[in-house]
Amino acid sequence: MFKLVKRLTSIVAMFAVLFTFTTETMAAKKSKTLKNTQKKGFVRCGVSQGLPGFSNADAAGNWTGVDVDVCRAVAAAVLGDASKVKFTPLSAKERFTALTSNEIDILSRNTTWTLSRDADIGLTFVGVNFYDGQGFMVRKNSGISSVNDFKAGVSACTNLGTTTELNMRDFFNSKGIKYEPVTFEKADEVVAAYDAGRCDTYTTDKSGLAAQRIKLSNPDDHMVLPETISKEPLGPVVRQGDSVWEDIVRWSLNTMIEAEEYGVTSANADMMKTSDNPAVKRLVGAEGELGAALGLDNEWSLRIIKQVGNYGESYKRNIADTGILPDRGPNQLWTKGGILYVPPAR
Amino acid sequence: MNLKKILPQLLTIVVVVLIFGFFSYNAQVNMDNRGITFGYGFLSQESSFDVQFSLIEYDGSHSYFRAYLVGLLNTILVSVIGIVFATIIGVVVGIARLSKNYLIERTAAVYVEFFRNIPLLLQIFFWYFAALRALPLPEKAEPMLGVFFLTIKGFFVPAFVWNNLDIFIYSIIAAIISIFFVRLYAKKKQENQGIQTPVLLISIGLLAVLPLLSFLIGGAEAYVEIPVIKQLSQSSFTYEGGLKLPPELISLALALSLYTATFIAENVRAGVQGVSKGQKEAAASIGLTPNQILKLVVMPQALRIIIPPTTNQYLNLTKNSSLAAAIAYPDLVLIFAGTALMQTGRAIEIVSITMLTYLSLSISISILMNWYNKKIAIKEK
Repeated sequence: MFKLVKRLTSIVAMFAVLFTFTTETMAAKKSKTLKNTQKKGFVRCGVSQGLPGFSNADAAGNWTGVDVDVCRAVAAAVLGDASKVKFTPLSAKERFTALTSNEIDILSRNTTWTLSRDADIGLTFVGVNFYDGQGFMVRKNSGISSVNDFKAGVSACTNLGTTTELNMRDFFNSKGIKYEPVTFEKADEVVAAYDAGRCDTYTTDKSGLAAQRIKLSNPDDHMVLPETISKEPLGPVVRQGDSVWEDIVRWSLNTMIEAEEYGVTSANADMMKTSDNPAVKRLVGAEGELGAALGLDNEWSLRIIKQVGNYGESYKRNIADTGILPDRGPNQLWTKGGILYVPPAR
Repeated sequence: MNLKKILPQLLTIVVVVLIFGFFSYNAQVNMDNRGITFGYGFLSQESSFDVQFSLIEYDGSHSYFRAYLVGLLNTILVSVIGIVFATIIGVVVGIARLSKNYLIERTAAVYVEFFRNIPLLLQIFFWYFAALRALPLPEKAEPMLGVFFLTIKGFFVPAFVWNNLDIFIYSIIAAIISIFFVRLYAKKKQENQGIQTPVLLISIGLLAVLPLLSFLIGGAEAYVEIPVIKQLSQSSFTYEGGLKLPPELISLALALSLYTATFIAENVRAGVQGVSKGQKEAAASIGLTPNQILKLVVMPQALRIIIPPTTNQYLNLTKNSSLAAAIAYPDLVLIFAGTALMQTGRAIEIVSITMLTYLSLSISISILMNWYNKKIAIKEK
């Protein structure tokens, strides 16, 4: 009799465990971050303190840039409205802490994807929205036309706490040049110090150099050296441990890139529903149930394309038309000689 | 019996432990959830970043701990420079505020009111960017006395290059020890026989002669290395050789000392005014000279009022030096709580170490100043 009771309870317990397990996976589909975002009604997005072309606020406080568009795409997918984003400007030093301590849900702030950042400090990189590399800016009248012209004693201004600081050391060490690193927390101070003549060169990602050059007192007196000394794949980051949210951000970005690949733009997205190409139909939600896999409705990708546009539109609007980097370089689709290549949405 | 006394104390301890326990547990759980590990092992890893100004040998191949030491020493350096200059300026301005000369008194008052009412961070920015704008480029710098070059890239000064530096340092230590004994002897002689010995002259003599001997017979050698201009490219120059003080250090030290000096000046004024008039009159009536009155009667009493609040200012200055991070002076906050934190991502570990370091620095200054304060306090007999 006693044995029977014992057996019965264990069977009940087993079922209980099984049951909770299944409900757990159902709940996990609705991730905690997703749930909180939908409850709040806006996406919390960490951006830079002002980097034209990537994330920059105008006088009215409207943020624009390719990094900003990633957050807008997620807002369009999750909340149905690309404008429902709360932007938090962060310094290089603050950015990861802000993400891991739950102040923001996406960090889209020209952040380089590296192994130690991805694996060691509780972050997950979801993709690359800009392939960049570190370069040097010098004064035109210095006669320096290549990184090989630097001499021992050169002083270099840059942002502290960035991969730039480490690459700079690797670079000057490999050339056997003794150099003087002058590092500031804010980009504006780096620019001011370089502009005043404190440093002979200003080094950061080439996109950053192109964007910051506009802030110098005489932009035309300066130029960016042709060499690129490092790989800087920049992309959005999320907290580790919420794989559904991670997937949503990843595929929001991928949708923008794939939309460009298939020629789907904000203008023609609705018409593409009747396209002959099944890949295009899947992309605009006219076929398949891709949204459900992310815990979203099936129009999520269509909203991204309609409200934010595809990657090419975003690049043109923010980086090319503003004169920062008219040439897309590696940030061109793989079909057009670049290295933008995303897994298929199916 | 004593329950009434013990119970509240026990409760306090329990509450404190609970609060700390809650926060550490919370941090632990959250870090586990995000896959963040906790540990101080990173301190021995290679730092792989360079620093522009360091008192000890350092480059990116050294450890994070070494980088921490570099930052700590730079913080101590700027604090010591700041404290010395703040004290000098503070005493001068404080005494100037007591001057009977209207112009001097007003100038000092305006200085005090102006500098202590503007936020320090603004002043640091002002001095830094003003210095950067005002200072000449290296190739245009006018040499001062032929060998000092104040430029936008730093203050280049001649440096001594030593052979047998040890012997020279030993000779100075020997001089200081002998001065100590001379003073003891002079004091005893005055107490026993009432004869004053010219201690100051003897001390200066000792400080000059002993190091000189180290050159003549000890084999110490020094020559001066003068900075020489060097061309880096068609339009940029720098100086090589000699010693270089970065403009960040100069403007930070300047801002810190000018700001803190205003508070010290007020302490000095309060201290001197706090000595009652009767003391000075009594001293004058027994025939002491004005110098003796200041040295033997006013200052010893004024110091008792000046020292405790000035200790606070020294502590403030040391803590304020952490604003260095704003202008690229590589102090503890910039190197360790800045770059090292960013490169390792170990926020809790690094911030806790940095906090403990500032705490120890402040406590050390407090202990030192309290010792000095006790020494000059009235000794009740």
